[in-house]
Amino acid sequence: MDGFSGAVSAAFGLLAALDPELTGIVGLSLAVSLGATVTACALGMPLGALLAVARFPGRGLLAAMISALMGLPPVVAGLAVYLMLSASGPLGPLGLLYTPTAMVIAQTLLVLPIVAALTRETVAALHDEYDELLRSMNAGRMFALGTLLVDARFALTTAALAGFGRALAEVGAVMIVGGNIAHATRVMTTAIALETSKGELALALALGAVLVALSALIHGAVALLRNRAEGPAHA
Amino acid sequence: MSRLTLAAALVALVALPAAAAERFVLVQSTTSTANSGLYDAILPQFEAATGIQARVVAVGTGQALKNARNCDGDLLVVHARAAEETFVAEGHGLARHALMHNDFVIVGPADDPAGAAGTPDAAAALTAIARAAAPFASRGDESGTHAKERALWTAAGIDAAAASGTWYRETGSGMGATLNLAVGMDAYALTDRATWVAFANKAGHRIVAEGDPALFNPYGVIRVNPERCPNVRAAEAEALEAWLLSPAGQDAIAAYRRDGQQLFHPDAAD
Amino acid sequence: MTEGDRILPFPGRRAPGETSDAPAIPTLPEPAPTLEGVVLLRGGRRLLDGLTLRLPGHGITALMGPNGAGKSLSLRVMAGLVRPDLGQVRSIAIATSLVFQRPVLLRRSVRANLDHALRAARVPRRERPGRVAELLGLGALEGLADQPARALSGGEAQRLALVRALAVRPRLLLLDEPTASLDPRSTAAIERLAARVAEEATEVVLVTHDPGQAARMADRIIFMHRGRDVETAPAAAFLDRPETPAARAYLDGRLLI
Repeated sequence: MDGFSGAVSAAFGLLAALDPELTGIVGLSLAVSLGATVTACALGMPLGALLAVARFPGRGLLAAMISALMGLPPVVAGLAVYLMLSASGPLGPLGLLYTPTAMVIAQTLLVLPIVAALTRETVAALHDEYDELLRSMNAGRMFALGTLLVDARFALTTAALAGFGRALAEVGAVMIVGGNIAHATRVMTTAIALETSKGELALALALGAVLVALSALIHGAVALLRNRAEGPAHA
Repeated sequence: MSRLTLAAALVALVALPAAAAERFVLVQSTTSTANSGLYDAILPQFEAATGIQARVVAVGTGQALKNARNCDGDLLVVHARAAEETFVAEGHGLARHALMHNDFVIVGPADDPAGAAGTPDAAAALTAIARAAAPFASRGDESGTHAKERALWTAAGIDAAAASGTWYRETGSGMGATLNLAVGMDAYALTDRATWVAFANKAGHRIVAEGDPALFNPYGVIRVNPERCPNVRAAEAEALEAWLLSPAGQDAIAAYRRDGQQLFHPDAAD
Repeated sequence: MTEGDRILPFPGRRAPGETSDAPAIPTLPEPAPTLEGVVLLRGGRRLLDGLTLRLPGHGITALMGPNGAGKSLSLRVMAGLVRPDLGQVRSIAIATSLVFQRPVLLRRSVRANLDHALRAARVPRRERPGRVAELLGLGALEGLADQPARALSGGEAQRLALVRALAVRPRLLLLDEPTASLDPRSTAAIERLAARVAEEATEVVLVTHDPGQAARMADRIIFMHRGRDVETAPAAAFLDRPETPAARAYLDGRLLI
């Protein structure tokens, strides 16, 4: 693996020089995974909170299903979205296959169960603690739910980050619905898969290192924000 | 916090449509043409000449044909002659045009434990491998290369699939992944020459059999039938096909070299 | 609450003959909530067993009694947190506030805890900063406004919980052993605060085990035992000469459950 250190420095060099090819791939990776995470949070957090707080028939089953879907293989998610978005599929007329939007949809499917399940767990614990207080305040249901979500914010940030990590790291779903098209739907992971299949292992690893570095950067930034928000007393 | 996520969502939403735009043609393609770097070399010339962006989904011939059957593509570049003709005969494609060719090679470990290198033709080489029960990495993915490999085993009179799991290893992966695996486990493999020449992780592996006419590897180009698939970008597909078959396209294919070797030989000239 | 504040209007009847000790308030709202014949069953046991509580509508009433007598439970029934199986609850949930023995504080700053309570009480946005400042002052928490609430000491946390309970401007403030785990200084601060609240037209019901606290604070004492109200008397009279044997045993430290 002589070429590895060279490839790593070359990859970071390209990144530092804002090589349009590499920055395009990195930018799309971030945009797609962020889009999926935001969408999944917007849907999954209220859903998870509802599952934690509300009582309705089928709730246990739904919660179990969501937990099980945390292990959904990305390829399966990709395939399901492909079948929906294919020109011969029910949503074919939208023309979304092989677009970043399709990739966002597929990754949302992957992130949603994680966010919803972690939210449910966090909010359920908080609900146990806050329930009497909120009811004694005569707060409305939505107000109470909002309070729980806001106060679970740090755990929810972690849930969102976990979801973002899964989105950023997966290759199976975006490969199928994105098609790894150069300058259109190529992201970090599909680029890594491509370089691997070309036998350019060092370059593939270097791209992987860039991915890990980006991921670390994002986690670090969030941790910093959180520390500031939480204050020294909570540290 | 909520304002931050909102901003992020807006950024994501604004950024995404920017990536999808303008005139383009969607090519469902075999992987060898993409992995060998051919498209990177020639498609910019097409884009410069026509202003049409060529978007390539490289998935292997079997998958490419399947995706095109689902109308998820405008143009096919594949290499499995029989399957291509079926595709056209069934009305999914307009017509198959010979685009270019190269050849398949059998690669194996440097020390060639099965002694495949000394054999006169591909069938004999495979026979030697089977007799030695030397590991052989098969694509096993219904790709064009996989179809060719099965035809070669049949011609050699060997039921390789029966040895699946022993010396015959079906990777179910693309050409590059299969080559990585072959290199990693000292296995033989069938590959198209273009992918092999461009492959950067050869380690000690080398070509042990080549030059047999049975190893001929023709690539065809097919437009997806707009009557079957009204969503296809017919004009763009026609433009790309015409350019690939034109002297400009054919010259560009002939001019593409890796390590001094020409990887694809144009076929449309005559 | 400061002078001149108006009491939240709320529907309901007036208690006949009720009087106010807050002259700034022209009308007197709803009679004090009362429990009447309340029965609460849990797992076949009668945790509240025909409990009737008549509150005078002003001042501080202490609920005393051994563990398991149903004191905390009766507060929860009055606050609308627990629905009884039998009996009547006449309370005005919107104007009732409950302070728990162990304060439940949101994972936010002191200020944000108060703001949250004001929002829950539907106080208009522009009025909130003023009200927050007022409550901070009342709880002597001005210097801690931007601290995370959960980093407060026990006494500070309970002061915050108490002033937060006032955000809704309750007619009835229910205190469930608010000083049970506090040191003497913090206890004194809470007692002062509760006494001040009671002076300003909010009726206070205080659950306590401490006869000293009852003597310092309560106007009246309701002694409970086994889910029933056993004895109701002015504080001094009760502490001096309890009438029932159970109350005497309790005050002598001989009645633990």
